[in-house]
Amino acid sequence: MGVSLRVSLFITCYNDTLFPGTGKAVVRVLERLGHSIEFRPEQTCCGQMHWNTGYLREAVPIIRHFVEVFRDAETIVIPSSSCVSMMRDHYLKAAEMVGDAKLAADVAALLPRVWEFSEFLAKKLGVEDVGATYAHRVTYHTSCHSQRSLHLNDIPLRLLRKVRGLQLVPIENPQECCGFGGTFSIKNADVSSAMLADKVRCVLNTGAEVCTAVDNSCLMHLFGSMHRQRTFTRTVHIAEILASTAEAEPWDERFPVDLPVSVGGTR
Amino acid sequence: MTPPETLAESRQNFPEAARELLADSQIRKNVRHATDVIQAKRNKVVAELPDWQDLREAGSAIRAHALEHLDHYLAQFEANCTRAGGQVHWARDAAEANSIILGLIQKHEAKEVIKVKTMTSEEIKLNAHLEAHGVRPIETDLAELIVQLGHDKPSHFVAPALHKNRQEVREIFQREMKLPELGETPEDLCAAARTYLREKYLRIKVAVSGANFLVAETGSVCLVESEGNGRMCLTLPDVLISIVGIEKVIPRFQDLEVFLQTLPRSATGERMNPYNSIWTGVHEGDGPREFHLVLLDNGRSPILADKEARQTLKCIRCAACLNVCPVYHQTGGHAYRSVYAGPIGAILTPQLHDMKDGRSLPYASSLCGACYEVCPVKINIPEVLIHLRGKIVEEEQKTLGGKLGLWNIGMQAAAFLFADASRFSAAQHLGQMGQKVFVSKSGFIEALPLMLSGWTQTRDLAALPKQTFRDWWAAREEREEKAR
Repeated sequence: MGVSLRVSLFITCYNDTLFPGTGKAVVRVLERLGHSIEFRPEQTCCGQMHWNTGYLREAVPIIRHFVEVFRDAETIVIPSSSCVSMMRDHYLKAAEMVGDAKLAADVAALLPRVWEFSEFLAKKLGVEDVGATYAHRVTYHTSCHSQRSLHLNDIPLRLLRKVRGLQLVPIENPQECCGFGGTFSIKNADVSSAMLADKVRCVLNTGAEVCTAVDNSCLMHLFGSMHRQRTFTRTVHIAEILASTAEAEPWDERFPVDLPVSVGGTR
Repeated sequence: MTPPETLAESRQNFPEAARELLADSQIRKNVRHATDVIQAKRNKVVAELPDWQDLREAGSAIRAHALEHLDHYLAQFEANCTRAGGQVHWARDAAEANSIILGLIQKHEAKEVIKVKTMTSEEIKLNAHLEAHGVRPIETDLAELIVQLGHDKPSHFVAPALHKNRQEVREIFQREMKLPELGETPEDLCAAARTYLREKYLRIKVAVSGANFLVAETGSVCLVESEGNGRMCLTLPDVLISIVGIEKVIPRFQDLEVFLQTLPRSATGERMNPYNSIWTGVHEGDGPREFHLVLLDNGRSPILADKEARQTLKCIRCAACLNVCPVYHQTGGHAYRSVYAGPIGAILTPQLHDMKDGRSLPYASSLCGACYEVCPVKINIPEVLIHLRGKIVEEEQKTLGGKLGLWNIGMQAAAFLFADASRFSAAQHLGQMGQKVFVSKSGFIEALPLMLSGWTQTRDLAALPKQTFRDWWAAREEREEKAR
């Protein structure tokens, strides 16, 4: 095990509220790899929803808040590629828009310390095998931001291939959007649903029990439809797969409740 | 300047129009098939070029430079075109352009004109204007001919009849060309069109074209096409009138080297267009005796003035962004209710209207970024979409209705919560308790009110977990504290 890092977790507003299990899984994986986690309770949101919906000025105080909270963090890990892409692609633009040179400088200083979770494992830690076991047939959904903004390429796939027992099945049209697009799914609900129907068909055609991704936003969208149709396919964030061991699986009642601080080493 | 009233086809907004199109299985099937075919061809020929990304970069730089110095290059083009015997006309808007073109046609006492496919003429509704004044325009591009004979509208600006399949084309030709026995093979259909058009090329003395590029340093005009109908229209008639947007100018002849590689590969998946026509003014005994070039502004100048959105005008109309767009895949072009469809239409149309029309179009995207990835001149369409959404929101917030609208209230409330973690946390707790009325027996939310009903019309939502991550973390910290 290399140097132990102090990782500051930005859970993101929707994971915090809707997918706490993903945050627990991130904590579990990183602690198992020997790193210590901090959670700054002042954190809220990255501002993406406001920005992408056109509430540009309203996004700026949220961006400022994020920068303030994480200003002195050593490393920031985020289990959501779209939030990371919001920071990398739009934060400087937002600072420029309001003519705030100080904010722009702060953002520029902060961005090199911001990592998407799978990117952090592969690029910063240089780890592919995180000691996980997950005996299921799994397909991977490539989220738009992970491929076109973060250019994660095959990083998530490499991590998944190292998981014991996991059978990874390829999906048709991996490059095509699932149709979520944040408020697009509401403002253009019909077109979004049509896109979703196509994507769900691709997921179901794989015969996988589990569809995973680096973004719970797409997964929430996919699962919304798959549950409505009462299909047997579940959606699970990649962190939860990587946190799983032979003893505990993410949808298991036992997991991840009251995990000990240090699970200690790989199994 | 009169507003370019002619661009948007109707006031119907995108979500409503899309809903209608989504109910048309035939169109959806045709669109999906056609875009898949073009997209696969495009990917194949783009992958052949090791310097594709450099070509994109170069194309982007050339177009951006030309736009930064548009006044200079347009004047240079006009001088060089005029010197070579061409006549340049400046049209502020659609009405001016239409009246210039009609005047030229009437001067030559022509009752019919042949046309090479031009989006710009669609933009100014030239055909309707000519017909209203007793001039019959005849489209010679095969797909445009199908659209014209079918009394239809283009749904794609490279393949305007992409929403029609072969059987539908056959029916149109049978009816309009009076060929009840016509077969349905591509050969049958092309032969019918060829026979129909050939006579017109030989007889009609005035042609109207668009153009892909204007070369400032030589005063040359460049038009690329696949069928040879363009070459016929550009060379056979006595009079040629080309209608071109002011943004189409490029500085040097050499710049064509970049675009003649990127445009055909992006547009039709061809390495090179079968017909590349470049002409400079007029030449005694060769081609038209009179050449008129109408430079059209029609709402372009204000776009230039917007630093964020200016890149919109770099577009070379390859339509690669339509073919790759998952929204366009579902609806086809007619849902945009605009001459310019797809992602580029979603940013171009409202801007050409000074943001007074086509206002739902910037929202007709999931911001997936596929359009930016394929764009041969690197227009960051998602970035411009967001910029335009910003403009729309800001304008709406100036009205009382906008201020009190659900979206604005919701977004202001969310911004208030996100400003402070204790407020956000309180809202989370409120949500956990308040959701009870919406959670069904299955533990899922299956119906939500107001705008959120858009979600639940096709999707369930898992109920909020009992404990947020931050509460779990706080409890864990507390336990550890005690254990110490």
